[in-house]
Amino acid sequence: MKKFDTNVQWIKYNVLKEVASLAWDNKLFDSLLDIPTRINPTKKPINRCCIYKERVIIQERVKIAIGGNKQNRNVIEVIDIACDECPVSGMEVTSACRGCLAKHCQTVCPKGAISFDANSRAVIDQEKCIECGLCTKVCPYGAIRQNKRPCESACQVGAIHMSKDKTAEIDNEKCIACGACVYQCPFGAIMDKSYILDVIDLIQRSQNNSKYKVYAAVAPSISSQFSYVKLGQVISGLKELGFHSVVEVALGADMVADLETKELVEKGFLTSSCCPAFVDFIHKFHRDMLEHVSHNLSPMAMIGKTIKEMDPSAKVIFIGPCTAKKMEFQKETVSPYIDSVLTFEELQALFDSKPFELSSLEETPLDNASYYGRIFARSGGLTDAIKEAIVENHIDDFTFKPAICSGIAEIKMAILKYKKGIDIGNFIEGMACVNGCINGAGCLTHGPKNKIEVDKYGMQAHEKTIKEAISTMP
Amino acid sequence: MKITVCIGSSCHLKGARQVVEELQYLVAKNNLKDKIELAGTFCMGNCQNGVCVTMNNKNYSLSPTNTKTFFEEEVLTQI
Ligand code: SF4
Ligand code: FES
Repeated sequence: MKKFDTNVQWIKYNVLKEVASLAWDNKLFDSLLDIPTRINPTKKPINRCCIYKERVIIQERVKIAIGGNKQNRNVIEVIDIACDECPVSGMEVTSACRGCLAKHCQTVCPKGAISFDANSRAVIDQEKCIECGLCTKVCPYGAIRQNKRPCESACQVGAIHMSKDKTAEIDNEKCIACGACVYQCPFGAIMDKSYILDVIDLIQRSQNNSKYKVYAAVAPSISSQFSYVKLGQVISGLKELGFHSVVEVALGADMVADLETKELVEKGFLTSSCCPAFVDFIHKFHRDMLEHVSHNLSPMAMIGKTIKEMDPSAKVIFIGPCTAKKMEFQKETVSPYIDSVLTFEELQALFDSKPFELSSLEETPLDNASYYGRIFARSGGLTDAIKEAIVENHIDDFTFKPAICSGIAEIKMAILKYKKGIDIGNFIEGMACVNGCINGAGCLTHGPKNKIEVDKYGMQAHEKTIKEAISTMP
Repeated sequence: MKITVCIGSSCHLKGARQVVEELQYLVAKNNLKDKIELAGTFCMGNCQNGVCVTMNNKNYSLSPTNTKTFFEEEVLTQI
């Protein structure tokens, strides 16, 4: 049974699971300092150079698992001591260099940083080198390597750099909280803050949903996760945890598709509202494009609003693949609708902090949305939904020309072209994660079959059209 | 008077949308829009008996086929 992609996720999961099981028993604050030894009771380190360092790092993970540094408004945090301070020498000439005659590397280098030693092999002057990478591309032997820290190369917005003491540092003015670095750092030195304690507290204080009801709003990408059990068992698991009811965020997506289509037709050019990291990217890097950002709520906020209109005392917890949603729910415009956010990683830890086994539970149905709302989980899904909404709304005097951007690199390219006056169409579907939310940083597993799973789940929806799904609501 | 229809997953699969649409139609047809408020809720915790509907603190178990009878016998008589 494969629960995670990486060992780093597994370590984080263990910390979250310990925190959660202590919290359910109200023993967290008595046992907080024992967590490292509960996780590894031996005196031998499992992952680090010595047991002391390992314990300190676990302790730091515990801090983030219980909410992290309150002074830091970003939900993405660096664990300094876990950062391996990856040595980065920039461009490096490897032993594959044969000291050839052509010397393309020298010709192409715009800074004259390449010279040759006695054996005619390339030497790079690190002072002059600007790491443009041209030499790596022209060398016929691929002998020049660009060493980049995994976190820095994961971050498409350039928010990570090396601090004075060589650990990674995040620039909150640039960070869009997509979580790419969280997933990519091979030492797990960057973590997303967890609100798992807030969720446990909300559930416990509801006194079995008698004081108020706690709703789980689950993102459609859930269909590609927890693949070792049936989706219906995951829904039962949520009820076992103490949620009153589970509602599909995809229904919010159906509503967004309908409204965003009308907004697009009215404005003539629009950029999508569902991915908070994309919206934040525009806020931070392309303020002149702000007028084009859809004014609609995201599917998460939309479903929260819908639930609270029906049940004003409801508490709504969003559960999804996304670290950026942890920023979004704290925004003034969204906080009235969403009370907290969990990732699938955190949900796995919550499940395993309880004695029940998902695989032995009965299945509970989950069906609120249409095919179109469900496929929002993958790149191109929103675009398909808008195409459908145009037909359903009988809009025939508008030509929809979408630019589907999967990942920040494609988003940057589309915006660049747009600003240069190149025709990219009239709608940017922007998703910060490559392939969409099915690749979100908070997913348990990331893989090509996730898209197939989401499409399959879409097909199973009881309602076939967006309008039908929406008209279920009185 | 408020009629609340459960639109949670179980009830939805048993035809909550049809029940809602039927009630909307009947309310409009009988000119009762200002007297009857139709509301929804995501699960009443009584999923076996869906489509669950409550009115005047009483629970009803409806289906798309008996909604009209419910409206005539319960709603119209209590309004
Ligand atoms: S693509 Fe999805 S998971 Fe990734 S940041 Fe955007 S909303 Fe979050
Ligand atoms: S879904 Fe209607 S009572 Fe549970």
